[in-house]
Amino acid sequence: MTALVIFFVLAALAVLGALNLIVQRHPIHSALSLIVVMVALAALYLSMGADFVAAVQIIVYGGAIMVLFVFVIMLLNAGVEERTNASKLAGIAGIPLAVALLGFLAAAIARSPGSPEAASQTRALADTHSISMMLFSNFVYPFELTSFLILIAIIGALVLAQRERP
Amino acid sequence: MSSFLTANAALIITLVKIALILFIVLTVNAYLTWFERKVVAHMQSRWGPHRVGPHGLLQPLADGAKFLLKEDPTPAGVDKFTYFLAPLMALALSLTSIAIIPFGPQSLHIFGYEIKLQIADINIGILAIYAITALSVYGVALAGWSSNSKYPLLGGLRSSAQMISYELALTMSVVGVLLMAGSFDLRAIVAQQARHAQWGFFGWNLWPQILGACCFFIAAIAETNRVPFDLPEAESELVAGFHTEYASFKFAMFFIAEYTAMITVACLIAIMFLGGWLSPFPATPFWNFTHYLPSVILIPFGLWVIWDGIRYETIFGRLVLPGIGTAMIAIGAALIVFPAANEFIQGPFWLLSKILFFLFVYVWLRGTLPRFRYDQLMSFGWKLLLPVSIANVVITAFIMLLLRSGK
Repeated sequence: MTALVIFFVLAALAVLGALNLIVQRHPIHSALSLIVVMVALAALYLSMGADFVAAVQIIVYGGAIMVLFVFVIMLLNAGVEERTNASKLAGIAGIPLAVALLGFLAAAIARSPGSPEAASQTRALADTHSISMMLFSNFVYPFELTSFLILIAIIGALVLAQRERP
Repeated sequence: MSSFLTANAALIITLVKIALILFIVLTVNAYLTWFERKVVAHMQSRWGPHRVGPHGLLQPLADGAKFLLKEDPTPAGVDKFTYFLAPLMALALSLTSIAIIPFGPQSLHIFGYEIKLQIADINIGILAIYAITALSVYGVALAGWSSNSKYPLLGGLRSSAQMISYELALTMSVVGVLLMAGSFDLRAIVAQQARHAQWGFFGWNLWPQILGACCFFIAAIAETNRVPFDLPEAESELVAGFHTEYASFKFAMFFIAEYTAMITVACLIAIMFLGGWLSPFPATPFWNFTHYLPSVILIPFGLWVIWDGIRYETIFGRLVLPGIGTAMIAIGAALIVFPAANEFIQGPFWLLSKILFFLFVYVWLRGTLPRFRYDQLMSFGWKLLLPVSIANVVITAFIMLLLRSGK
């Protein structure tokens, strides 16, 4: 019972944060809402017993990536966003799309076989040891390829940053 | 009522522990400011605070009252929500990380309930602290941005950049320790160092991880924005940095957050590199006499406090100081009389000694070193600290592999 209450509180927090992200006019406020979503998701992982994933979620998404967002917004001193005719169009087209997406998700959840299996899957991923075993045995090639992708991205960023200097 | 108490015993114990640790940490924070002013003053041949109470001991209380009673203006044009959120975030996050620190190996047993000297015993201890540290950048960054003023914005930008840069070195420098312990759990890390308890001081992680320990200590100073890395609040260039526009209690919240972060970092260094609650003396029968060290320190110090107190003319000096001295002597005597209590106090005693030592080093550095220049700070973090801590990981992993294959 308590677990269910905690789930709904955290889920509501995540959804409200996501809605607020779109509604807010100022980029910093939107970024803050996104941080709320990230932390709520991490707390959800924690409530499922996946401590490691929760901590990494906060360190990587809540910490590193969102700090970068906030940093860039502060550095550019971005002001309140302007609404144009195009953004009105996005609103009109966006609502049906959002409803469609919700419908698909609801259908997928309704068809999925109950929660017990989902719970057992998360348990296998709960502790650090089993996650690292899976990363470095079953998923070692995707893992290493992802590392290469990140390395290429870093080099790309360096090349772009150095371009102005001869 | 009693059934309610027994049914929710774990919850109530935790709440009491939180209240107790909050009280202790806030008091220690207040007296840390006194300690810092006093030590830096003596380093510069001054007296430091000495007006309010004997040795200026009531100065923190006076400062606290001042923080509460001062006018608290909100500058025009600030982003209200973020402006109020920033100090709250900074304070809440830095206080949360204390919850994960274990203060001793054994548990208290009261009324059949086991009470650990730790609020949250979680198996990802160190990762959780890093998660909290990762979020604590926002307090500073948002304070700088929301103040709608140039100096705070520059200070906030600087400190975000600094904290992101040094977080990497801070994380990489402990990987060696984590490899040796094979766990994120702070208790397991101390237990791993206890395997060579007969070597005492030389069994600690400090020796195999000397590179990691140095990197961690430097990165931790930078992460807590202390001298010589206190660029976010460089007075000569940025007034007071990110908290220029904050006054009264909101300023105090940033201040408490900074000092709590210092305490957390001192706890972490003590636990990960200096054996946590382990004694520096070898755990052999010959060295058993060192178990009386808490009493040996408390009793003479208590006597000195009494002697010092009765020379004062004020009520505080005449009554309170001798009272504190008597309490110290009583505790010291009780520890000699009850060996069980003495054994229990060993762990917390050594951990607190190490924490105090590192807090002193923080203040010592502040009294000694000049501030870095910003470009020096960045190149030091990225070009020296990060490569060295990565090299430390590689070397540790390589040696561990060699040792394991040799067996």
